[in-house]
Amino acid sequence: MPRETLDHQIHQLQDEILLIGSMVEQAMIDSIDALRRRDINDSKKVYHTDYLINEKRFAIENGILILIATQQPIAHDLRLLTAMLEVTTELERMGDYAKGIAKINIKLAGSDINLPMVEIDRMAELGISMLHRSLTAFIDENPNQASLIPLEDDEVDSLYVQIYNKVVKDMIANPQEIDSSNLILWIAHNLERMADRVTNICERTVFIATGELLELDSTDDEDSE
Amino acid sequence: MQEISLREGRKSRQLEVKLFTHVGEESKLILDELPSKLEVDQLNVYYGNFHAIQDVSFPIKEKKVTAIIGPSGCGKSTLIRCFNRMNDLIGSSRVEGKIKIDGEDIYQQGIDVVDIRRRVGMVFQRPNPFPKTIFENIAYGPKLYGIHDKFQISGLVEKSLRQAALWDEVKDILNSAAYSLSGGQQQRLCIARALAISPEILLMDEPASALDPIATYKIEELIRSLSEAVTIIIVTHNMQQAARVSDFTAFMNTDESRTGYLAEFGITKQIFTNPTNKETEDYISGRFG
Repeated sequence: MPRETLDHQIHQLQDEILLIGSMVEQAMIDSIDALRRRDINDSKKVYHTDYLINEKRFAIENGILILIATQQPIAHDLRLLTAMLEVTTELERMGDYAKGIAKINIKLAGSDINLPMVEIDRMAELGISMLHRSLTAFIDENPNQASLIPLEDDEVDSLYVQIYNKVVKDMIANPQEIDSSNLILWIAHNLERMADRVTNICERTVFIATGELLELDSTDDEDSE
Repeated sequence: MQEISLREGRKSRQLEVKLFTHVGEESKLILDELPSKLEVDQLNVYYGNFHAIQDVSFPIKEKKVTAIIGPSGCGKSTLIRCFNRMNDLIGSSRVEGKIKIDGEDIYQQGIDVVDIRRRVGMVFQRPNPFPKTIFENIAYGPKLYGIHDKFQISGLVEKSLRQAALWDEVKDILNSAAYSLSGGQQQRLCIARALAISPEILLMDEPASALDPIATYKIEELIRSLSEAVTIIIVTHNMQQAARVSDFTAFMNTDESRTGYLAEFGITKQIFTNPTNKETEDYISGRFG
């Protein structure tokens, strides 16, 4: 194996991607948990540790650029490394969603508005599970697995619609709570976008394996917003 | 291609990104559309009892750059030396199959080999200028082919040196010895010498492997610009060079008995982004060879 150095460095980067993926999952779990308990301090912890995810993202990006510059990867290796760049960006944005939800909980301090926690919990649970499995498929380079995960996005979208309808009803009933209600819509929006970004990871997995850029999502991003 | 299940009947669709998708189909389309200058048809080459190349068939497209890549000893040089019948000079060599230039088999009886070598020029790995002046190096070929008019010769020398992007560097020292030039300049001089007899096809056997990076880039730029007028076939061990300069790539490999065969042929951007053959993938990624 004359390219042991390249293979070794690619494996290291794959490990780093799994690591940043775990950081994002944990941030989302902690963010939703703090929201459920309306714990401002725990939300502040999530909010203030997001920079670690950002730093990890830049470190991975830098590692990929160095490999491209020094090892001149082609074919499968090139597809893999460019897909890693894309996936790392997606993960960093998902970290921002967790941070965004933490920020909303901080903003909701003092408000006694009811949160649709059943739906929010379910959306987060689905999103985190989809993320976890999409990264496994990505590292395993399994396009069959990857192409199935986006199908679960429909349930996330339908939960988003449920929350939306519920919140709009609340807005009409209690116009004085419009600001807080609007923040709840943003929580749901963040969770919905997270699942969309999982789909992007799955598309990159298909790309690595087949060289084809396919859109796997059933709903247009714009339509769902 | 691995089977993937996509949701039917919804908005699943392929993106309009031509760079990577459908390269297979695009490759076929381009191959079908472009005219071939040279066609290798079931070529077999033997050196005595040694079977050097087996059943190689692929087209060389007109006024395009075709790179031939593959591990050492796979028959790349043997193959391109068949294109101007240079292998005739090796006593034990035997060629079976056809090589057609503009539809005419150059191995059929009655072919004028000297004319073939005028139409198919060659540039070698190491610059090999004649021990003469710069001017005489270029004028040598045209004189050999019967051009003796001084003005015509001078015009050909300037035109060839301009084509080889060397004119500005040597126009004031045309009577200096060719050996006084740098390695990169000598190689461009050899390209100019080959161009002076107006070849239709230019064979280049590792033309930049003895040159530094700057000289290499100059040769590569030259290859790109020359391909507007001449069909170019380049043998190279440098994968990035093949990716940079060529439109089409032929990947040759060897079997256990060291016989060379064609493993894959296609448009370069496909070969280097998504080759269809595992052997090609392993070779261009540096995983063997």
